[in-house]
Amino acid sequence: MASARTGPPRQTQSFAWLYDPRTRGIILQIALLVGVAAFFIEIALNTAANLKAQNIATGFGFLDRTAGFDISQTLIPYKSTSTYGQVFWVGLANTLLVAAIGIVLATMLGFTVGLARLSSNWLVARLATVYVEIVRNVPLLLQLLAWYFTLLIALPLPEAALQLPLGIGVTNRGLYLPAPVWQQGLGAVLIALLVGIAVSVAIGKWAKRKRLATGAQVSAFWFCFVAIVLPPLLVFLAYGAPLSFDYPKPGRFNLEGGIVLLPELIALLLGLTLYTAAFIAEIVRSGIEAVPRGQKEAAAALGLRPWQVQRLVVIPQAMRVIIPPLTNQYLNLTKNSSLAVAIGYPDLVSVFAGTVLNQTNQAVEVILITMGVYLAISLLTALLMNWFNARMALVER
Amino acid sequence: MTHEAHKTWMDAGPIARSVDWLRANLFSSWGNTILTLICLVLVWNIVVGFLDWALFSAVFIGSDGSACNAQDAGACWPFIGHKLGLFMYGRYPDAERWRVNLTYVLAVAGLVPLMIPRAPGKLWLSIYLLTVFPIVGLILVRGGVFGLPNVPTELWGGLFLTLVVASVGIVASFPIGILLALGRRSELPIVRWVCIGFIEFVRGVPLVTVLFMASVMLPLFLPPDVTFDKLLRALIGVALFSAAYLAEVIRGGLQAIPRGQYEAADALGLSYPHKMGLIVLPQALKLVIPGIVNSFIALFKDTSLVLIIGLFDLLGIVQQSISSDAKWFSPQTAATGYFFAGVIFWIFCFGMSRYSAFLERRLASGERL
Repeated sequence: MASARTGPPRQTQSFAWLYDPRTRGIILQIALLVGVAAFFIEIALNTAANLKAQNIATGFGFLDRTAGFDISQTLIPYKSTSTYGQVFWVGLANTLLVAAIGIVLATMLGFTVGLARLSSNWLVARLATVYVEIVRNVPLLLQLLAWYFTLLIALPLPEAALQLPLGIGVTNRGLYLPAPVWQQGLGAVLIALLVGIAVSVAIGKWAKRKRLATGAQVSAFWFCFVAIVLPPLLVFLAYGAPLSFDYPKPGRFNLEGGIVLLPELIALLLGLTLYTAAFIAEIVRSGIEAVPRGQKEAAAALGLRPWQVQRLVVIPQAMRVIIPPLTNQYLNLTKNSSLAVAIGYPDLVSVFAGTVLNQTNQAVEVILITMGVYLAISLLTALLMNWFNARMALVER
Repeated sequence: MTHEAHKTWMDAGPIARSVDWLRANLFSSWGNTILTLICLVLVWNIVVGFLDWALFSAVFIGSDGSACNAQDAGACWPFIGHKLGLFMYGRYPDAERWRVNLTYVLAVAGLVPLMIPRAPGKLWLSIYLLTVFPIVGLILVRGGVFGLPNVPTELWGGLFLTLVVASVGIVASFPIGILLALGRRSELPIVRWVCIGFIEFVRGVPLVTVLFMASVMLPLFLPPDVTFDKLLRALIGVALFSAAYLAEVIRGGLQAIPRGQYEAADALGLSYPHKMGLIVLPQALKLVIPGIVNSFIALFKDTSLVLIIGLFDLLGIVQQSISSDAKWFSPQTAATGYFFAGVIFWIFCFGMSRYSAFLERRLASGERL
């Protein structure tokens, strides 16, 4: 290389350090670091100056001030005299409620549709495909708004509440369900149920150990079924059926009593579930298709029945492919629940980054807290996933 | 299927063949037959219900919502007819809409040949689309020079605004995404950590909060005398958000390129920009085209979120017309408006996904040669 150089050797030497990749790397990194630091300092200075000029308070003291507004759905005690800090917790609880219910429903629907897409029944497979292709290609926000406003119009006014069996009532103010009332003795039923579950887990473990040791199939299903159902039932009857329901009854303006599911909550759940299920269906389908054909054929050759092939060979291998993107969808659903702000469901973004921000004007603090919550949920899930992937990874020989 | 069975199947007449097909695919067992019948009832109800709503019971003529107020009336199509201009261009002045249309023509003229694999001149078309077109397009739609009246961005709206946000988002997020992906794979620790930090931060928060940040916090970040257009703020938010997702897609492609390619480029004495630009990126980007298109579809759908910060894109303007135009208030106005917006979004997104599938097939068949 040196012989090919045409310039005078002394000059080459004095500038040679410039061409050393390591030096260049260090210079580049210092420049980047200085750039990023300058960027943040500039932002901080500007923000401080702007906040001062606009007379906006700084710091997190506002969290202890009285909020002064009502929230339509509160899972934890809240009054309009509560603080902004409590508004945060109410919003967070509402977000987590939607995320939890949405994840369960979307998983059930998604797996059903995903399996339907692989069905040997042409019509079932085609219907599932049409569902997926329609729902995936329309913005979620549009679907939420459409569900919300069509629901509001379609549901009856409170005066003409629709009374369904089991004491369920429907109006455009929400879905009214009977609320179970906690009575003396119900705790014992719960304990009996827990004991039953513990016993069944033990039976299941014993059966598995026996099968691995002797090869004999031990069917523990009925034992477990009896162990879970019988003790709680007996205790329940022994206490004289200590459970009653608070049924929603027509009040002066509206149905009263029971548990109310707001129309905003129902629309949000409908939209999130249907949308996410379409993506989950695709994940399930590609996961099952990723299992090599030979696995199924080998399982069949070993004499396993079709459902055993699915349960013992295909699904465990498919789950390894399915679970990482599935978790991603759960995260997406949680983040997408922030679209609640568009239809007025009181989630974290809606009540905290919306109402509280408008009342206090403390945009920096409020947005940082809100982002921090979602970030924490995402990072926590990522950590769990890494742990899970490490455990599930194929041990190759 | 054995050879014999295959032969008899081919020999059978069309009716026998369709009977065979029905038996195999719809009525192969009792369970399947019941399933098929349930699905048929379902399909029948949906199709009949939809046709009744969209055609038989629908209202086609009227000058305000009262025409659609009848009991059991279906879709309120006059609402769409009267608002079509608004939905397409927002409050862009009627007399100036030809400028938007001309911009569309210029875009399509560049895009269509670019999308046809066999058409020549890809390089020049890309250069045109990335340099000449944005400048000419901006002058055309914004005006203020060459005797074109200025149309401020507050008047932009409807599908036009959706397309502006989506295309600017796509074009701006692509280079940022590539840089972030390269940075994340860099051997320099500070570069890597800055990129990881940005990507994971953005991917960990909802777009709504990023848009809130862009609309509420960005003005606080800037010196008092600098003001940013609301649209520009939304564009920055959308582009940065999309870039983080794109970076992860491109990183997948970079990881799939065999180590030998990197080493061969090093052995040839190529500098880092040359190594990446000439050897690695062309292969990596080709590998992840489906993922990139999926990101663009997601971005296109996400543009609808700008309504939350008060911009009137297609969904925003439909939503506004439904909720605040008393003249058109009727029970079916909302459903009709959302249906219309949904169909337009669907056509764009489904079109993109089909095109991506087509590219994927083509590239896959190229690999086999």
